Amino acid sequence: MLDYAWLMLVFPALGALIISLFGTRLGRRVVGFLAPAMVFLSFAVAVALAIQLFSLPHEEQSHSVLLWQWMAAGNFSVDAGLLIDPLSIVMALVVTGVGFLIHVYSTGYMHDDPRFPRFFAYLNLFILMMLTLVLADNYLLMFVGWEGVGLASYLLIGFWFEKPSAADAGKKAFIVNRIGDFGLLLAIMVIWTGLGSLRFTEVFEAAPEVWGVGNIAVMTATMLMLLAATGKSAQIPLYVWLPDAMEGPTPVSALIHAATMVTAGVYMIARSAPLFDLAPTTGNWVAWIGVATALIAGTIALTQTDMKRILAYSTVSQLGFMFVAVGVGAYAAGIFHLITHAFFKALLFLGAGSVMHGLHGELDIRKMGNLRAKMPITHWTFFIGAGALAGVPLLSGFFSKDAILYNAFNYSIPLWAIGAVTAFITAVYSFRMVFMAFWGKERDAKLWSHAHESPRVMTIPLILLAVGALLTGYLGLPSLSLIDPALEPAFEAAAGASEGHANLTLELILLVVSGLIALAGVFLAYRAFLVNKDLPARVRAALGPVTKLVDNKYYVDELYNMIIVNPLRSFGGWLAATFDKGGIDGAVNGLAGVTGWLGTQVRRLQTGMVGLYALAMLFGAVALLAWLAIR
Amino acid sequence: MTLNLPLLSIITFLPLVGGLVLLLLPGARAQKWWSLIVTLVTFVVSLLLFVFWRNGEAGMQFVERVPWVPQFNIQYFVGVDGLSLFLVLLTTLITLLVVIFSWEGVEKQLKTYFFLLLALEAGMIGVFISLDLVLFYIFWELTLIPMYFLIGGWGDSHGTYTFLGRTMPWRIYAALKFFLYTFAASALMLVAILVLYQQGGTFDLLQLQNLELGQNLQMWLFLAFALAFAVKVPIFPFHTWLPDAHVAAPTGGSVILAAVLLKMGTYGFVRFCLPLFPDATKTFMPWIAALAIIGILYGGLVALVQKDVKSLVAYSSVAHLGFVMLGIMALNGQGIAGATLQMVNHGLSTGALFLMVGMLYNRRHTRLLADYGGLWKQIPLYGFLFIIVALSSVGLPGLNGFVGEFNILLAAFQTNPVFAVFGTAGIIIAAWYLLWAIRLMLHGPLNKPENQQVRDLNVREVITLVPLIILFFVIGLFPNLFFDKINPSANAVADALNGQQPAVSMTIDK
Amino acid sequence: MVPTSYFLVLSAVLFVIGALGVLLRRNVLIIFMSVEMMLNAVNLTFAALAYHFLQIHGQIFVLMVMVVAAAEVAVGLAIVMSVIRHKDTTNIEDVNLLKG
Repeated sequence: MLDYAWLMLVFPALGALIISLFGTRLGRRVVGFLAPAMVFLSFAVAVALAIQLFSLPHEEQSHSVLLWQWMAAGNFSVDAGLLIDPLSIVMALVVTGVGFLIHVYSTGYMHDDPRFPRFFAYLNLFILMMLTLVLADNYLLMFVGWEGVGLASYLLIGFWFEKPSAADAGKKAFIVNRIGDFGLLLAIMVIWTGLGSLRFTEVFEAAPEVWGVGNIAVMTATMLMLLAATGKSAQIPLYVWLPDAMEGPTPVSALIHAATMVTAGVYMIARSAPLFDLAPTTGNWVAWIGVATALIAGTIALTQTDMKRILAYSTVSQLGFMFVAVGVGAYAAGIFHLITHAFFKALLFLGAGSVMHGLHGELDIRKMGNLRAKMPITHWTFFIGAGALAGVPLLSGFFSKDAILYNAFNYSIPLWAIGAVTAFITAVYSFRMVFMAFWGKERDAKLWSHAHESPRVMTIPLILLAVGALLTGYLGLPSLSLIDPALEPAFEAAAGASEGHANLTLELILLVVSGLIALAGVFLAYRAFLVNKDLPARVRAALGPVTKLVDNKYYVDELYNMIIVNPLRSFGGWLAATFDKGGIDGAVNGLAGVTGWLGTQVRRLQTGMVGLYALAMLFGAVALLAWLAIR
Repeated sequence: MTLNLPLLSIITFLPLVGGLVLLLLPGARAQKWWSLIVTLVTFVVSLLLFVFWRNGEAGMQFVERVPWVPQFNIQYFVGVDGLSLFLVLLTTLITLLVVIFSWEGVEKQLKTYFFLLLALEAGMIGVFISLDLVLFYIFWELTLIPMYFLIGGWGDSHGTYTFLGRTMPWRIYAALKFFLYTFAASALMLVAILVLYQQGGTFDLLQLQNLELGQNLQMWLFLAFALAFAVKVPIFPFHTWLPDAHVAAPTGGSVILAAVLLKMGTYGFVRFCLPLFPDATKTFMPWIAALAIIGILYGGLVALVQKDVKSLVAYSSVAHLGFVMLGIMALNGQGIAGATLQMVNHGLSTGALFLMVGMLYNRRHTRLLADYGGLWKQIPLYGFLFIIVALSSVGLPGLNGFVGEFNILLAAFQTNPVFAVFGTAGIIIAAWYLLWAIRLMLHGPLNKPENQQVRDLNVREVITLVPLIILFFVIGLFPNLFFDKINPSANAVADALNGQQPAVSMTIDK
Repeated sequence: MVPTSYFLVLSAVLFVIGALGVLLRRNVLIIFMSVEMMLNAVNLTFAALAYHFLQIHGQIFVLMVMVVAAAEVAVGLAIVMSVIRHKDTTNIEDVNLLKG
């Protein structure tokens, strides 16, 4: 059965192919059925594989499936093959499961869009590429998925390409991601050069022997991978594309820019755990980049007013938490947060989409209020999602975030402290959204009066995701964790680092502390946005320039434009106009010009006087004779 | 399996004979169909090379050898190995597609146009199969003439250029520049060929590669050959003829120029420079690799600011050919195999890009990016295909470009990691300029009235593109179909560089 | 018997006269005749040396040169006629079509 893993790829591939070729002819109904069905079939395969895999003994839970010999040139060769192990199968379950729900939701959300079939072709393409990414058994095939999801993301962000901002956002996402891909490609080269293989199993086997801890090669490879991960998972310094990516349709934001694609960086680091274990310095970088991103993105989220942008920055921030986890070596905790985050963040985005649907495209939370009266299902599910995001006790985010903070505490207390502050901020901005949008009094009466609950095809996925957001946390309940042992085969080499469960008292104390932090955040949000409404303005005024800085997202986009984009463009312009045309081509034309000038000079000899020619001939003949005679 | 037919001669001279017959045919209709039949038959016959290929052999196959000018030991000596096989197939395929593309849009002198195309095809195939230096040189120069007339006769009809106080149509300037630049550079190659003859007493490549040349002489001969090839490739800074020639040429000409003619330069390096002058190649390797990298970055940055979509594609060729040169200069089997595949890839994707730009030009009669915008809404099929083609050119994994580029970069990494770092940076810029072009052409609002009248692709145009797009996927997913045939020869060249064996080992095709 | 060297000197003199005529005169017809004189000077050399060495080759060459000269006269005169018809002159300096 495990050998049939490729079926997971076949279904979305077929879906994407059929819909892209015949989509408009098939009609909405068929496409709306076909696309989710294909993902569901993949999901079914994934479930079957998971059942079988977990019934095997631990040491056999890693299974390779060779698809075909991909490329061989010189002494290099790599095959297209899949690796089925707990990590990849868990990821596949998340991707296909959440993906399926979002497909269903989209049939409702995108119902009136003229490019309905194209949307689903892209979505299926995305699922295909994401599965390639997580199931690949070597780095190069993973790279195919890695860039493939980038492509799907590009196409979907720019889905409404008539809007210049959407088209620009898609382009930006692809190019920024390419910078990360640059890192991954080079990492692949380092790995192959050093270890002579790209297959995960062989690489991880060889790395400790060939490279050992702290080797320069493994440091380089992991740092390059970190660069790649910051691109895909939107971390400092490459996070700038993700907020702009919200130009895409909301289900896309939910699927790609929250639940699945952006977690690819975390997945890759977790997958490469044996390499990162050899490079503790890189791990340190990962953790600190993660926590810095979490904090900065969290503060930006506090001041944004567009619901999707808040969620986008929150995603960046939560990805930062996952980075902290994988950075400190708690890979299972990172993947755990990845799973819970997939559920509650997809839920929140779809909830935002539902609000948008009900309010005819309005996303500014300053114009909302009291929506719970009009959209009860959306409200309750959104409430659960926000609670999970905030880490309210007993919801899923609470457990996973606590696992991360606990591991961070063991690693370094300052790291934990910043993480805890961020967790507090998270709680504040999550419930700022809830209280401003759904509670209190309506701010825009006209908008409010037209608001309506979304159709069932949209609310049912919301409910299912809400159930997920409620329950997934219990998979990883401390001391009865299903996650850690389940993932253990994948992280065998890394087992040492995540043996943090020894100190139960400390863990319980921290558990209580994080619960209190979350509740405090919720309470502050309640005070500030429902009871004491002028508090936020007062705080903003008190902070003055800091507010301005945060409002403008720390001017990072402007900075990048100023120091990278514009100089490169103007350098290109200078090369094209001055250096190429004037310099190089000038030299070429100059050479032609010199030749031409010589010609005009020489042509004066050509007088047209035959007598002169004859004389020249005579002199020539005489000179030749003379030379022959003298010689 | 063997086949007792002079396949290579048939492939080479069929277009030429067909072209001569074409001159006798009256009527545009008959001429079009005749050209189509000739190129189609040539393509089908060339596929036989693939079918009857003996896998796993590094040596020459389908060899034909006849004395031609016995006094000077000049032979008619042809054959293909893994390095040239796919270039021959590329040539026959691209010419066929160009003929289909030219069904409409060639306004004048259709007969001459097709005749030149056919003559060009013969010349290009001849370059790739010649194993005698004189024969090679003749074919090499033969390709110049039809191209010169194609650019000068059917090229851009609007622009003018003032040079040395004389104003002439820009296409004439471009054609002259193309001709003189490449011709001047290859004159030195002729001298080098004669020196080789004087040293070895033969023009036979297979015998000459066993020749022990002095270090100093090798340097000079290498430089003479390399200059001719470098201009053709073109390697920075010898590239300035290319934007003019590509942009001024009619679409068919641009396609052939980009897809095949440029490959003659890179092929020349692999076929002649590496086996004949191994020591000199090793000496000059860092310099040429550096120029290749400069070409990658430079071509990309300049493409980024072009206002004319055709010159954007033209500069992107400079960048892509930089990758090919980088692969060759890695001087290992993987690099040479990757570069050989990348030659084919670039031919397919840039050929397709020029075709698509030409299709749009036929509709809108402008090449300026600013004149387009929002076209995807108006012509969805075009947009769909254009994005696939652009992604292939960007080197998206799973499509053809990636396979070549990755192998080239990995091979370069083995030689010197710095090469690979800069080369890899080039792929960021590649994404940047092509997505920029897509952004300006296809995305954005459809607010120009002229653009709202544009028709989508017709069946003939789709037929032109579909073979290329299928090949993108085939090469991207199953590159071993190609590497299987390329690898032995590429490894042989690499081994020869390390002094182990002659690269182009001869096998008699019986 | 007249020594061979006399013939050679004579032919040299004739040749120089012819050459100077070609270089110095302006009239196309005169130039033309001077050219013929140069040719015949060479002929004389050939004949004299053939006699001197008692070999037939020189004499054959004389015949050859005479044939060529006859042909040349035909072509040359045709050109001269055409020049006269177009330019209405026999002055060589008025004809400078080759001027660059």
